[in-house]
Amino acid sequence: MTAAPAIVPLPYSPEEVASALGRSWKKTLAAMYRWMALGRALDARMQGLQRQGRVGFYGAATGHEAVSVAAGLVTRREDWILPGLREQLVALVRGHPLGTYAHHLFADDKDPARGRNMPCHPSAADVHYVSMSSVIGTQISHAVGVAYAMRARKSPGVALAFFGDGATSANDFHAGLNLAAVWNLPVVFCCVNNQWAISLPVERQSAVATLASKSAAYGLPGQRLDGTDVIAVYRGLGEALRDARAGKGPKLLEFLVYRMTPHSSSDDPGRYQPKDWGARAAASDPFLRLASWMSEHGLLDEGSRTQIGAAVEEEVRAAVRQAEETSAPVPSSLTEDVYAPSASENSPAGAARGT
Amino acid sequence: MTELTLVQAVNRGLQQAMRDDGDVLVLGEDVGLNGGVFRATEGLLKEFGEERVLDTPLSETGIIGTAIGMALYGLKPVAEIQFLDFIYPAFDQIVSELAKFRYRSGGQYPCHVVIRSPYGGGIKGGLYHSQSTEAYFCHTAGLKVVIPSTPADAKGLLLTAIHDEDPVMFLEPKRIYRSVTGEVPDGDERVPFGRARLVREGTDVSVFAYGAMIPVVTEAANALAAEGISSEVIDLRTLVPLDEAAILASVEKTGRAVVVHEAARFCGFGGELAALLAEKAFFSLKAPVTRVTGYDTPFPYALENLYLPNVERVSHAVRTTARAG
Repeated sequence: MTAAPAIVPLPYSPEEVASALGRSWKKTLAAMYRWMALGRALDARMQGLQRQGRVGFYGAATGHEAVSVAAGLVTRREDWILPGLREQLVALVRGHPLGTYAHHLFADDKDPARGRNMPCHPSAADVHYVSMSSVIGTQISHAVGVAYAMRARKSPGVALAFFGDGATSANDFHAGLNLAAVWNLPVVFCCVNNQWAISLPVERQSAVATLASKSAAYGLPGQRLDGTDVIAVYRGLGEALRDARAGKGPKLLEFLVYRMTPHSSSDDPGRYQPKDWGARAAASDPFLRLASWMSEHGLLDEGSRTQIGAAVEEEVRAAVRQAEETSAPVPSSLTEDVYAPSASENSPAGAARGT
Repeated sequence: MTELTLVQAVNRGLQQAMRDDGDVLVLGEDVGLNGGVFRATEGLLKEFGEERVLDTPLSETGIIGTAIGMALYGLKPVAEIQFLDFIYPAFDQIVSELAKFRYRSGGQYPCHVVIRSPYGGGIKGGLYHSQSTEAYFCHTAGLKVVIPSTPADAKGLLLTAIHDEDPVMFLEPKRIYRSVTGEVPDGDERVPFGRARLVREGTDVSVFAYGAMIPVVTEAANALAAEGISSEVIDLRTLVPLDEAAILASVEKTGRAVVVHEAARFCGFGGELAALLAEKAFFSLKAPVTRVTGYDTPFPYALENLYLPNVERVSHAVRTTARAG
């Protein structure tokens, strides 16, 4: 047995946290803790179910929770989220029901997208969380178009594109940042740098010192933030959103985090990660960093930790149970939604070819 | 009615849609101040302003990716890709994103973008200003693929495309942008998708074509009439959705079919038509289905007239098919 690594403390006084989170800061902290606990419980349960063969795939977001939870809390209803693989918690925090997300994970008949996607690719239009593909980076230029439309419609909304360190090498990172800057659009580009693109470490992804510095080439500001520090994310993203809403244009934020799990249920990091990676990541565990700060400042005791832990586990268990009891999508859904429903009425060839 | 060239008709279609619907906007390279390299967007910047006529940076993936985002939010973007040959940086956005948004979101995020792009040879454009690669897009479920051959259809089909609910690839035969003129209805007169156009009625051979091949095929049919061969010429107009009923009805009547396109032969759209006829009109056929197409080579510069199907090649194929069996 090795001793648990010391947690890197969050470097704030209560006054500083209050100033970052605003008047109801204690309530916000409690919400942050609860959502991070739920994310952790969901990841643990789903990884277990994947190993048992009860879900086909899972991409855990363990280590990313501070970014997703802060983003979910600091964005407004009118903002749009164009996510990558590990942002589902943003949708849940913004109000997408966990039960509906579980139907997606099990690709069942009650999944709003009718079981058509691999797990962790939900569509949640109820909270403006846009459907994603598995292609890396394409959502970055979608965010630019959404932001253009928001401005054209005079909406106060901001488009947030989430993507990883690997996506900074992809075509649409270049195209999207360039267009957003030229047109001065309300977009926040959120690069969640977990330091691994499957097996490739970030220092072999790019030769720049920080990914945030890439913004200079496009004429927009960039900033690296500690993505395991939920207070720093809330404050930094909040400022970027305020500026974007005020017409000050786009910004690139890089959130440095540690991927605390394999890339997905399909790889073994023992093949490519250094031996001390797990310990380094554990020291910067965003959930434990928040928990230890709250405990130290009398905002979280052992009893409530246990109680919240049990409550979120039960919530996850109930959602999973409901999804597992739901039947598979009906066969007729195979050929629906390829084209608009009106297409089959209006054209002799019909919507779904080959049927 | 107004007498217009095909490219003028495209322009009037855009103008009409933008006047009628404030959500319609145009974006692409050189579409604003320059009015498009073929002048398809001429005058639009002046009438509708730079918020609705966007000169974009040089990035096809950026143009289509941005148009997708605009459409997700409810605008109706019409994106121009300057030449179909330059569309490939955006291919990922078109086939992975645009074509699949409605399906993968269970209808939560329909994504209606019109992509206009001049295609095809005959303008001395060499390898990269001449290709006819409509089949790539026909192969991807979720896209509609439209190719007009007359000014009236160019405007009418474009209006249908812009007011449709699905993504549409609107491919314009640049070789006949100015060589073909015709009467075009004024106002919002739309031509429906999925209805082929009977160009010329005939009894001996059905000839199927689209876009810039229509004038070639029509000339061949007129010449063959003097030899006593009666050709029925059908302009498909929309490859997806395809007017199967019109195709099958014609072949049931004539029993013989020739398919003409300037795209390369192997896995070209003509192969799909031949398969359709084999599956659904086999017992009506009196002769093998014949294809007249471009060659399975890159598109050539000096020898483009050899590459492109011409009146002689089409006439030879129709004559042979008429006499076969």
